[in-house]
Amino acid sequence: MFIESIKKAFELLFTFDNEVYSIVLTTLNITAISVVIAGCFSILLAAFIDLMNPRFKKILTAFFNSLLAIPTVIIGLFVYMFISNSGPLGDFKLLFTPAAIVIGQIILAIPIITSFILAGLSKTDLLLHETLTTLGAKKIDRIKAIVMENRILILSAVLAGFGRIVSELGISMMLGGNIRWYTRTITTAIALETGKGEFALALALGFILIFLAMFINFSAYIVLKNDNLLIFDIILNKVRGKLNRDLREHDIYN
Amino acid sequence: MVRWPQKIRFLLVFCILSIFLSLPALAGERLRLATTTSTADSGILNEIIIPFEKKTGITVDVIAVGTGKALKLGELGDVDLVLVHSREAENEFVANGYGINRKDVMHNDFIILGPKNDPAEIKKSKNAIKAFKKIANNKITFISRGDESGTHIKEKQLWKKVGIIPAGSWYREVGQGMGSVILMTNDLNAYTLADRGTHIAMKNKVNLVICYEGDKSLYNPYGIIAVNPEKHKNINYRDAKSFINWIISPECQKIIKNFKKSGEQLFYPDTVK
Repeated sequence: MFIESIKKAFELLFTFDNEVYSIVLTTLNITAISVVIAGCFSILLAAFIDLMNPRFKKILTAFFNSLLAIPTVIIGLFVYMFISNSGPLGDFKLLFTPAAIVIGQIILAIPIITSFILAGLSKTDLLLHETLTTLGAKKIDRIKAIVMENRILILSAVLAGFGRIVSELGISMMLGGNIRWYTRTITTAIALETGKGEFALALALGFILIFLAMFINFSAYIVLKNDNLLIFDIILNKVRGKLNRDLREHDIYN
Repeated sequence: MVRWPQKIRFLLVFCILSIFLSLPALAGERLRLATTTSTADSGILNEIIIPFEKKTGITVDVIAVGTGKALKLGELGDVDLVLVHSREAENEFVANGYGINRKDVMHNDFIILGPKNDPAEIKKSKNAIKAFKKIANNKITFISRGDESGTHIKEKQLWKKVGIIPAGSWYREVGQGMGSVILMTNDLNAYTLADRGTHIAMKNKVNLVICYEGDKSLYNPYGIIAVNPEKHKNINYRDAKSFINWIISPECQKIIKNFKKSGEQLFYPDTVK
Protein backbone atom coordinates (compact mmCIF):
# COMPACT_ATOMS: atom_id res chain seq x y z
CA MET A 1 0.00 0.00 0.00
CA PHE A 2 2.93 2.29 0.72
CA ILE A 3 4.42 2.13 -2.75
CA GLU A 4 1.00 2.27 -4.28
CA SER A 5 0.20 5.49 -2.47
CA ILE A 6 3.51 7.12 -3.42
CA LYS A 7 2.66 6.25 -7.00
CA LYS A 8 -0.77 7.71 -6.51
CA ALA A 9 0.68 10.90 -5.04
CA PHE A 10 2.79 11.47 -8.16
CA GLU A 11 -0.11 10.53 -10.35
CA LEU A 12 -2.35 13.08 -8.67
CA LEU A 13 0.30 15.77 -8.87
CA PHE A 14 1.24 15.29 -12.49
CA THR A 15 -2.15 14.54 -13.98
CA PHE A 16 -3.24 17.97 -12.72
CA ASP A 17 -6.19 16.51 -10.88
CA ASN A 18 -8.53 19.47 -10.42
CA GLU A 19 -9.66 18.60 -6.95
CA VAL A 20 -6.18 17.94 -5.62
CA TYR A 21 -4.97 21.26 -6.99
CA SER A 22 -7.90 23.04 -5.42
CA ILE A 23 -7.03 21.43 -2.08
CA VAL A 24 -3.32 22.23 -2.35
CA LEU A 25 -3.95 25.82 -3.47
CA THR A 26 -6.44 26.41 -0.66
CA THR A 27 -3.92 25.07 1.83
CA LEU A 28 -1.12 27.25 0.46
CA ASN A 29 -3.28 30.33 0.26
CA ILE A 30 -4.59 30.04 3.81
CA THR A 31 -1.21 29.08 5.21
CA ALA A 32 0.63 31.89 3.43
CA ILE A 33 -1.72 34.55 4.74
CA SER A 34 -1.62 33.15 8.28
CA VAL A 35 2.16 32.82 8.32
CA VAL A 36 2.77 36.33 6.98
CA ILE A 37 0.41 38.02 9.41
CA ALA A 38 1.47 35.92 12.39
CA GLY A 39 5.14 36.30 11.40
CA CYS A 40 5.07 40.10 11.11
CA PHE A 41 3.24 40.41 14.40
CA SER A 42 5.45 37.92 16.23
CA ILE A 43 8.72 39.49 15.03
CA LEU A 44 7.71 42.89 16.38
CA LEU A 45 6.34 41.33 19.54
CA ALA A 46 9.50 39.34 20.18
CA ALA A 47 11.72 42.36 19.52
CA PHE A 48 9.70 44.50 21.93
CA ILE A 49 9.78 41.83 24.61
CA ASP A 50 13.50 41.45 24.09
CA LEU A 51 14.03 45.13 24.81
CA MET A 52 11.93 45.10 27.98
CA ASN A 53 13.38 45.02 31.42
CA PRO A 54 14.59 41.53 32.34
CA ARG A 55 11.86 40.72 34.83
CA PHE A 56 9.00 41.39 32.40
CA LYS A 57 10.93 39.61 29.74
CA LYS A 58 11.19 36.45 31.83
CA ILE A 59 7.50 36.51 32.71
CA LEU A 60 6.41 37.09 29.12
CA THR A 61 8.78 34.43 27.81
CA ALA A 62 7.32 31.91 30.23
CA PHE A 63 3.84 33.05 29.26
CA PHE A 64 4.42 32.51 25.55
CA ASN A 65 6.16 29.20 26.19
CA SER A 66 3.14 27.93 28.08
CA LEU A 67 0.82 29.07 25.28
CA LEU A 68 2.57 26.48 23.10
CA ALA A 69 0.58 23.82 24.93
CA ILE A 70 -2.84 25.04 23.76
CA PRO A 71 -4.49 22.33 21.62
CA THR A 72 -5.78 23.39 18.24
CA VAL A 73 -9.33 22.30 19.02
CA ILE A 74 -9.44 24.74 21.95
CA ILE A 75 -8.33 27.58 19.69
CA GLY A 76 -10.96 26.39 17.22
CA LEU A 77 -13.65 26.36 19.89
CA PHE A 78 -12.61 29.76 21.20
CA VAL A 79 -12.67 31.43 17.78
CA TYR A 80 -15.88 29.55 16.92
CA MET A 81 -17.67 31.13 19.88
CA PHE A 82 -16.65 34.58 18.72
CA ILE A 83 -17.46 34.30 15.03
CA SER A 84 -20.55 32.09 15.25
CA ASN A 85 -23.68 33.83 14.04
CA SER A 86 -24.88 34.00 17.64
CA GLY A 87 -21.48 35.23 18.84
CA PRO A 88 -20.26 38.83 19.11
CA LEU A 89 -18.66 38.87 15.65
CA GLY A 90 -21.47 36.96 13.94
CA ASP A 91 -22.37 39.82 11.59
CA PHE A 92 -19.20 39.35 9.61
CA LYS A 93 -20.29 35.86 8.51
CA LEU A 94 -16.80 34.51 8.97
CA LEU A 95 -17.56 30.97 10.14
CA PHE A 96 -16.90 28.26 7.54
CA THR A 97 -14.82 30.57 5.35
CA PRO A 98 -11.05 30.53 4.71
CA ALA A 99 -10.83 33.75 6.73
CA ALA A 100 -12.02 31.86 9.82
CA ILE A 101 -9.20 29.36 9.44
CA VAL A 102 -6.73 32.21 9.01
CA ILE A 103 -7.84 33.79 12.30
CA GLY A 104 -7.44 30.51 14.18
CA GLN A 105 -4.08 29.73 12.63
CA ILE A 106 -2.70 33.18 13.43
CA ILE A 107 -3.57 32.61 17.07
CA LEU A 108 -1.92 29.20 16.89
CA ALA A 109 1.27 30.47 15.24
CA ILE A 110 1.98 33.64 17.23
CA PRO A 111 3.14 31.90 20.46
CA ILE A 112 5.24 29.43 18.45
CA ILE A 113 7.07 32.03 16.37
CA THR A 114 7.42 34.46 19.27
CA SER A 115 8.89 32.02 21.76
CA PHE A 116 11.15 30.55 19.08
CA ILE A 117 12.56 34.00 18.30
CA LEU A 118 12.82 34.93 21.98
CA ALA A 119 14.84 31.81 22.69
CA GLY A 120 17.26 32.71 19.91
CA LEU A 121 17.46 36.40 20.75
CA SER A 122 18.69 35.63 24.25
CA LYS A 123 21.91 34.49 22.56
CA THR A 124 22.42 37.75 20.62
CA ASP A 125 25.69 39.50 21.35
CA LEU A 126 25.16 41.99 24.17
CA LEU A 127 27.64 44.29 22.43
CA LEU A 128 25.07 44.91 19.72
CA HIS A 129 22.74 46.62 22.18
CA GLU A 130 25.52 48.60 23.77
CA THR A 131 26.97 49.74 20.47
CA LEU A 132 23.57 50.78 19.19
CA THR A 133 22.79 52.71 22.33
CA THR A 134 26.12 54.53 22.31
CA LEU A 135 25.59 55.38 18.66
CA GLY A 136 22.35 57.04 19.68
CA ALA A 137 19.91 54.57 18.15
CA LYS A 138 16.24 55.05 18.95
CA LYS A 139 14.11 52.10 20.05
CA ILE A 140 12.72 51.57 16.57
CA ASP A 141 16.22 51.47 15.10
CA ARG A 142 17.30 48.98 17.72
CA ILE A 143 14.38 46.72 16.81
CA LYS A 144 15.33 46.96 13.14
CA ALA A 145 18.93 46.12 13.95
CA ILE A 146 17.91 43.13 16.08
CA VAL A 147 15.70 41.83 13.29
CA MET A 148 18.43 42.29 10.67
CA GLU A 149 21.10 40.63 12.77
CA ASN A 150 18.90 37.61 13.48
CA ARG A 151 17.22 37.16 10.14
CA ILE A 152 18.22 33.54 9.76
CA LEU A 153 16.92 32.78 13.24
CA ILE A 154 13.68 34.60 12.43
CA LEU A 155 13.37 32.65 9.22
CA SER A 156 13.64 29.36 11.09
CA ALA A 157 11.08 30.58 13.61
CA VAL A 158 8.64 31.56 10.86
CA LEU A 159 9.22 28.22 9.13
CA ALA A 160 8.50 26.41 12.41
CA GLY A 161 5.24 28.36 12.55
CA PHE A 162 4.57 27.40 8.95
CA GLY A 163 5.14 23.73 9.77
CA ARG A 164 2.70 23.83 12.63
CA ILE A 165 0.05 25.69 10.64
CA VAL A 166 0.23 23.54 7.54
CA SER A 167 -0.01 20.32 9.57
CA GLU A 168 -2.80 21.52 11.82
CA LEU A 169 -6.19 19.79 11.61
CA GLY A 170 -8.45 20.91 14.48
CA ILE A 171 -8.78 24.56 13.51
CA SER A 172 -9.29 23.91 9.80
CA MET A 173 -11.95 21.30 10.53
CA MET A 174 -13.89 23.30 13.13
CA LEU A 175 -13.72 26.75 11.58
CA GLY A 176 -13.48 25.83 7.90
CA GLY A 177 -15.96 22.98 7.88
CA ASN A 178 -14.05 20.98 5.23
CA ILE A 179 -16.12 22.48 2.40
CA ARG A 180 -15.21 21.08 -1.00
CA TRP A 181 -13.62 23.59 -3.42
CA TYR A 182 -13.62 26.21 -0.66
CA THR A 183 -12.16 25.35 2.73
CA ARG A 184 -10.94 21.80 2.21
CA THR A 185 -7.25 21.75 3.11
CA ILE A 186 -4.77 18.90 2.82
CA THR A 187 -5.19 17.84 6.45
CA THR A 188 -8.99 17.92 6.46
CA ALA A 189 -9.00 16.03 3.16
CA ILE A 190 -6.72 13.39 4.72
CA ALA A 191 -9.09 13.07 7.68
CA LEU A 192 -12.05 12.72 5.32
CA GLU A 193 -10.43 10.15 3.04
CA THR A 194 -9.20 8.12 6.02
CA GLY A 195 -12.75 8.09 7.36
CA LYS A 196 -14.00 6.80 4.03
CA GLY A 197 -11.38 4.08 3.98
CA GLU A 198 -9.49 5.58 1.02
CA PHE A 199 -6.13 5.02 2.71
CA ALA A 200 -4.02 5.23 -0.44
CA LEU A 201 -5.49 8.60 -1.40
CA ALA A 202 -5.06 9.90 2.17
CA LEU A 203 -1.45 8.79 2.23
CA ALA A 204 -0.87 10.33 -1.19
CA LEU A 205 -2.14 13.65 0.12
CA GLY A 206 0.21 13.22 3.06
CA PHE A 207 3.15 12.84 0.69
CA ILE A 208 2.10 15.95 -1.20
CA LEU A 209 2.09 17.82 2.10
CA ILE A 210 5.63 16.66 2.84
CA PHE A 211 6.84 17.61 -0.66
CA LEU A 212 5.34 21.05 -0.24
CA ALA A 213 6.91 21.57 3.16
CA MET A 214 10.31 20.49 1.84
CA PHE A 215 10.04 22.72 -1.22
CA ILE A 216 9.08 25.76 0.80
CA ASN A 217 11.71 25.20 3.48
CA PHE A 218 14.54 24.71 1.01
CA SER A 219 13.59 27.63 -1.18
CA ALA A 220 13.20 29.94 1.81
CA TYR A 221 16.69 29.05 3.01
CA ILE A 222 18.19 29.57 -0.42
CA VAL A 223 16.54 32.97 -0.86
CA LEU A 224 17.59 34.39 2.48
CA LYS A 225 20.90 32.65 3.09
CA ASN A 226 22.51 33.28 -0.25
CA ASP A 227 22.93 37.04 -0.37
CA ASN A 228 24.13 37.03 -3.96
CA LEU A 229 21.30 35.05 -5.41
CA LEU A 230 21.33 36.26 -8.97
CA ILE A 231 17.80 35.62 -10.12
CA PHE A 232 16.34 37.56 -7.29
CA ASP A 233 18.56 40.58 -7.99
CA ILE A 234 17.78 40.50 -11.67
CA ILE A 235 14.04 40.48 -11.05
CA LEU A 236 14.41 43.23 -8.52
CA ASN A 237 16.45 45.43 -10.84
CA LYS A 238 14.06 44.89 -13.72
CA VAL A 239 11.10 45.90 -11.58
CA ARG A 240 12.99 48.90 -10.28
CA GLY A 241 14.14 49.89 -13.77
CA LYS A 242 10.62 49.72 -15.12
CA LEU A 243 9.30 51.74 -12.24
CA ASN A 244 11.91 54.42 -12.83
CA ARG A 245 11.15 54.49 -16.55
CA ASP A 246 7.46 54.84 -15.86
CA LEU A 247 8.11 57.65 -13.46
CA ARG A 248 10.30 59.46 -15.94
CA GLU A 249 7.70 59.19 -18.70
CA HIS A 250 5.08 60.36 -16.30
CA ASP A 251 7.16 63.45 -15.57
CA ILE A 252 7.70 64.25 -19.22
CA TYR A 253 4.06 64.12 -20.21
CA ASN A 254 2.85 66.09 -17.29
CA MET B 1 18.29 55.09 10.62
CA VAL B 2 19.16 51.48 9.95
CA ARG B 3 18.09 50.85 6.38
CA TRP B 4 16.55 47.47 5.68
CA PRO B 5 18.09 45.76 2.68
CA GLN B 6 16.10 45.99 -0.48
CA LYS B 7 15.48 42.28 -0.59
CA ILE B 8 13.68 42.22 2.73
CA ARG B 9 11.65 45.30 1.88
CA PHE B 10 10.73 43.73 -1.42
CA LEU B 11 9.66 40.53 0.32
CA LEU B 12 7.51 42.45 2.78
CA VAL B 13 5.77 44.45 0.05
CA PHE B 14 5.21 41.26 -1.90
CA CYS B 15 3.67 39.52 1.12
CA ILE B 16 1.36 42.40 1.93
CA LEU B 17 0.30 42.67 -1.71
CA SER B 18 -0.47 38.96 -1.86
CA ILE B 19 -2.70 39.30 1.17
CA PHE B 20 -4.72 42.09 -0.41
CA LEU B 21 -4.94 40.26 -3.70
CA SER B 22 -6.36 37.17 -2.05
CA LEU B 23 -8.96 39.06 -0.02
CA PRO B 24 -11.64 39.16 -2.75
CA ALA B 25 -11.51 35.38 -2.87
CA LEU B 26 -12.68 35.31 0.73
CA ALA B 27 -15.88 37.29 0.15
CA GLY B 28 -19.12 36.49 -1.73
CA GLU B 29 -22.66 35.28 -1.04
CA ARG B 30 -23.02 31.56 -0.37
CA LEU B 31 -25.56 29.07 0.88
CA ARG B 32 -24.41 26.96 3.83
CA LEU B 33 -25.84 23.48 4.10
CA ALA B 34 -25.13 21.33 7.13
CA THR B 35 -25.72 17.67 6.45
CA THR B 36 -24.87 14.18 7.61
CA THR B 37 -21.75 12.29 6.67
CA SER B 38 -23.86 9.63 4.95
CA THR B 39 -25.14 11.96 2.23
CA ALA B 40 -21.77 13.62 1.70
CA ASP B 41 -19.59 10.49 1.80
CA SER B 42 -21.79 8.50 -0.55
CA GLY B 43 -21.43 11.23 -3.19
CA ILE B 44 -25.13 11.81 -3.79
CA LEU B 45 -24.94 15.39 -2.59
CA ASN B 46 -22.62 16.38 -5.42
CA GLU B 47 -25.10 15.02 -7.92
CA ILE B 48 -27.81 17.15 -6.34
CA ILE B 49 -25.79 20.31 -5.86
CA ILE B 50 -23.90 20.66 -9.13
CA PRO B 51 -27.04 21.08 -11.33
CA PHE B 52 -28.47 23.49 -8.73
CA GLU B 53 -25.34 25.61 -8.76
CA LYS B 54 -25.31 25.66 -12.56
CA LYS B 55 -28.96 26.67 -12.70
CA THR B 56 -28.99 29.38 -10.08
CA GLY B 57 -25.40 30.53 -9.76
CA ILE B 58 -25.61 30.04 -5.99
CA THR B 59 -22.57 28.40 -4.42
CA VAL B 60 -23.52 25.72 -1.88
CA ASP B 61 -21.09 25.08 0.99
CA VAL B 62 -21.51 21.58 2.36
CA ILE B 63 -20.56 21.04 5.99
CA ALA B 64 -20.72 17.30 6.65
CA VAL B 65 -21.25 16.48 10.33
CA GLY B 66 -23.59 14.24 12.30
CA THR B 67 -27.32 15.01 12.51
CA GLY B 68 -27.01 16.27 16.09
CA LYS B 69 -24.29 18.72 15.24
CA ALA B 70 -25.97 19.80 12.00
CA LEU B 71 -29.09 20.75 13.96
CA LYS B 72 -26.94 22.52 16.53
CA LEU B 73 -25.33 24.57 13.77
CA GLY B 74 -28.81 25.48 12.57
CA GLU B 75 -29.82 26.44 16.09
CA LEU B 76 -26.85 28.80 16.36
CA GLY B 77 -27.62 30.27 12.94
CA ASP B 78 -24.28 29.20 11.50
CA VAL B 79 -25.88 27.49 8.50
CA ASP B 80 -28.86 28.37 6.32
CA LEU B 81 -30.17 24.88 5.74
CA VAL B 82 -29.96 21.38 7.26
CA LEU B 83 -30.41 18.00 5.57
CA VAL B 84 -30.61 15.36 8.31
CA HIS B 85 -32.10 12.01 9.25
CA SER B 86 -33.74 11.82 12.63
CA ARG B 87 -37.45 12.55 12.58
CA GLU B 88 -37.82 13.13 16.34
CA ALA B 89 -34.90 15.55 16.52
CA GLU B 90 -36.16 17.32 13.39
CA ASN B 91 -39.64 17.76 14.84
CA GLU B 92 -38.17 19.18 18.02
CA PHE B 93 -36.01 21.55 15.96
CA VAL B 94 -39.08 22.84 14.12
CA ALA B 95 -41.24 22.93 17.25
CA ASN B 96 -38.68 25.11 19.03
CA GLY B 97 -38.91 27.57 16.18
CA TYR B 98 -35.37 27.11 14.90
CA GLY B 99 -36.41 25.68 11.56
CA ILE B 100 -39.24 26.21 9.07
CA ASN B 101 -40.40 24.72 5.79
CA ARG B 102 -39.51 21.11 6.62
CA LYS B 103 -39.81 18.71 3.68
CA ASP B 104 -39.30 14.98 3.21
CA VAL B 105 -36.53 14.35 0.71
CA MET B 106 -35.66 10.68 0.50
CA HIS B 107 -35.24 7.55 2.56
CA ASN B 108 -33.39 4.30 2.84
CA ASP B 109 -32.92 2.01 5.82
CA PHE B 110 -30.51 1.06 8.56
CA ILE B 111 -28.85 -2.33 8.65
CA ILE B 112 -26.90 -4.27 11.25
CA LEU B 113 -23.44 -5.06 9.94
CA GLY B 114 -21.35 -7.84 11.39
CA PRO B 115 -18.69 -10.45 10.68
CA LYS B 116 -19.44 -13.17 8.14
CA ASN B 117 -19.85 -15.97 10.70
CA ASP B 118 -22.46 -13.93 12.64
CA PRO B 119 -21.33 -14.93 16.19
CA ALA B 120 -24.55 -13.73 17.89
CA GLU B 121 -26.69 -15.50 15.30
CA ILE B 122 -28.92 -12.52 14.63
CA LYS B 123 -29.61 -13.37 11.01
CA LYS B 124 -32.89 -15.10 11.77
CA SER B 125 -34.07 -12.68 14.46
CA LYS B 126 -37.73 -11.71 14.29
CA ASN B 127 -37.05 -7.99 14.57
CA ALA B 128 -34.27 -5.49 15.12
CA ILE B 129 -34.90 -5.32 18.88
CA LYS B 130 -34.42 -9.08 19.25
CA ALA B 131 -31.25 -8.85 17.19
CA PHE B 132 -29.87 -6.15 19.48
CA LYS B 133 -30.82 -8.23 22.52
CA LYS B 134 -28.87 -11.19 21.21
CA ILE B 135 -25.77 -9.08 20.67
CA ALA B 136 -26.01 -7.75 24.21
CA ASN B 137 -26.67 -11.17 25.77
CA ASN B 138 -23.71 -12.73 23.98
CA LYS B 139 -21.56 -9.71 24.78
CA ILE B 140 -20.25 -9.55 21.23
CA THR B 141 -18.36 -6.33 20.57
CA PHE B 142 -20.66 -3.59 19.30
CA ILE B 143 -19.36 -0.31 17.90
CA SER B 144 -21.52 2.70 18.57
CA ARG B 145 -21.17 6.00 16.72
CA GLY B 146 -21.54 7.86 20.01
CA ASP B 147 -21.72 11.25 18.29
CA GLU B 148 -25.44 12.15 18.40
CA SER B 149 -25.70 11.51 14.69
CA GLY B 150 -28.94 10.27 13.16
CA THR B 151 -27.60 6.72 13.22
CA HIS B 152 -26.58 7.03 16.88
CA ILE B 153 -29.98 8.44 17.84
CA LYS B 154 -31.66 5.51 16.08
CA GLU B 155 -29.35 3.07 17.85
CA LYS B 156 -30.15 4.59 21.26
CA GLN B 157 -33.87 4.30 20.52
CA LEU B 158 -33.40 0.61 19.75
CA TRP B 159 -31.46 -0.03 22.97
CA LYS B 160 -34.22 1.74 24.86
CA LYS B 161 -36.79 -0.58 23.30
CA VAL B 162 -34.62 -3.56 24.23
CA GLY B 163 -34.76 -2.24 27.77
CA ILE B 164 -31.07 -2.23 28.60
CA ILE B 165 -28.51 0.48 28.97
CA PRO B 166 -25.57 -0.86 26.95
CA ALA B 167 -22.34 -0.79 28.95
CA GLY B 168 -19.28 -2.90 29.49
CA SER B 169 -16.22 -3.73 27.50
CA TRP B 170 -18.25 -5.17 24.59
CA TYR B 171 -19.98 -1.83 23.94
CA ARG B 172 -17.65 0.78 22.45
CA GLU B 173 -18.68 4.36 21.79
CA VAL B 174 -16.10 5.72 19.41
CA GLY B 175 -17.45 9.16 18.44
CA GLN B 176 -16.51 8.98 14.78
CA GLY B 177 -18.19 9.21 11.40
CA MET B 178 -20.02 6.32 9.71
CA GLY B 179 -17.12 5.44 7.44
CA SER B 180 -14.58 5.22 10.27
CA VAL B 181 -17.00 3.18 12.37
CA ILE B 182 -17.52 0.66 9.57
CA LEU B 183 -13.74 0.32 9.21
CA MET B 184 -13.34 -0.19 12.97
CA THR B 185 -16.15 -2.71 13.04
CA ASN B 186 -14.38 -4.58 10.29
CA ASP B 187 -11.06 -4.63 12.15
CA LEU B 188 -12.59 -5.65 15.47
CA ASN B 189 -14.95 -8.30 14.06
CA ALA B 190 -17.79 -6.48 15.71
CA TYR B 191 -21.38 -5.49 15.01
CA THR B 192 -22.62 -2.02 14.24
CA LEU B 193 -25.72 -0.19 13.10
CA ALA B 194 -25.11 1.53 9.78
CA ASP B 195 -27.09 3.24 7.07
CA ARG B 196 -27.37 1.28 3.87
CA GLY B 197 -26.00 4.09 1.70
CA THR B 198 -22.63 4.24 3.43
CA HIS B 199 -22.35 0.46 3.49
CA ILE B 200 -22.92 0.17 -0.25
CA ALA B 201 -20.41 2.93 -0.87
CA MET B 202 -17.78 1.13 1.23
CA LYS B 203 -18.70 -2.45 0.44
CA ASN B 204 -15.53 -3.40 -1.40
CA LYS B 205 -13.27 -2.11 1.37
CA VAL B 206 -14.54 -4.35 4.18
CA ASN B 207 -15.42 -7.98 4.83
CA LEU B 208 -18.55 -7.16 6.79
CA VAL B 209 -21.89 -8.54 5.74
CA ILE B 210 -25.44 -7.44 6.44
CA CYS B 211 -26.45 -9.57 9.42
CA TYR B 212 -29.88 -8.13 9.86
CA GLU B 213 -32.15 -5.98 7.69
CA GLY B 214 -35.74 -5.36 6.74
CA ASP B 215 -37.43 -4.39 10.01
CA LYS B 216 -39.84 -1.45 9.80
CA SER B 217 -38.20 0.18 12.81
CA LEU B 218 -35.01 0.52 10.76
CA TYR B 219 -36.64 2.96 8.36
CA ASN B 220 -34.34 5.94 7.72
CA PRO B 221 -36.02 9.08 6.35
CA TYR B 222 -34.09 12.21 5.37
CA GLY B 223 -35.65 15.64 5.75
CA ILE B 224 -34.57 19.13 4.77
CA ILE B 225 -35.26 22.16 6.94
CA ALA B 226 -34.55 25.84 6.37
CA VAL B 227 -33.19 27.74 9.35
CA ASN B 228 -35.73 30.26 10.62
CA PRO B 229 -34.57 33.71 9.44
CA GLU B 230 -36.50 35.33 12.29
CA LYS B 231 -34.29 33.66 14.90
CA HIS B 232 -31.02 35.03 13.55
CA LYS B 233 -29.73 37.81 11.38
CA ASN B 234 -27.70 36.95 8.30
CA ILE B 235 -29.65 33.85 7.32
CA ASN B 236 -29.80 33.31 3.58
CA TYR B 237 -33.45 32.18 3.56
CA ARG B 238 -34.16 33.12 -0.04
CA ASP B 239 -31.54 30.76 -1.44
CA ALA B 240 -32.39 28.12 1.15
CA LYS B 241 -35.97 28.14 -0.10
CA SER B 242 -34.92 27.76 -3.71
CA PHE B 243 -32.68 24.83 -2.71
CA ILE B 244 -35.58 23.12 -0.93
CA ASN B 245 -37.76 23.66 -3.99
CA TRP B 246 -35.02 22.15 -6.12
CA ILE B 247 -34.46 19.07 -3.97
CA ILE B 248 -38.17 18.13 -3.96
CA SER B 249 -38.63 18.91 -7.66
CA PRO B 250 -39.26 15.91 -9.94
CA GLU B 251 -36.00 16.61 -11.76
CA CYS B 252 -33.86 16.33 -8.66
CA GLN B 253 -35.87 13.42 -7.27
CA LYS B 254 -35.09 11.56 -10.47
CA ILE B 255 -31.39 12.22 -9.90
CA ILE B 256 -31.72 10.68 -6.42
CA LYS B 257 -33.55 7.70 -7.86
CA ASN B 258 -30.90 7.11 -10.51
CA PHE B 259 -27.92 7.47 -8.17
CA LYS B 260 -26.28 4.06 -7.94
CA LYS B 261 -23.09 2.62 -6.54
CA SER B 262 -21.91 -0.81 -7.67
CA GLY B 263 -25.28 -1.30 -9.30
CA GLU B 264 -27.34 -0.65 -6.18
CA GLN B 265 -29.71 2.21 -5.48
CA LEU B 266 -28.68 4.09 -2.32
CA PHE B 267 -31.61 6.40 -1.66
CA TYR B 268 -35.32 6.30 -2.52
CA PRO B 269 -36.97 9.63 -3.36
CA ASP B 270 -40.05 10.64 -1.36
CA THR B 271 -42.01 12.88 -3.73
CA VAL B 272 -41.59 10.76 -6.87
CA LYS B 273 -42.23 7.03 -7.07
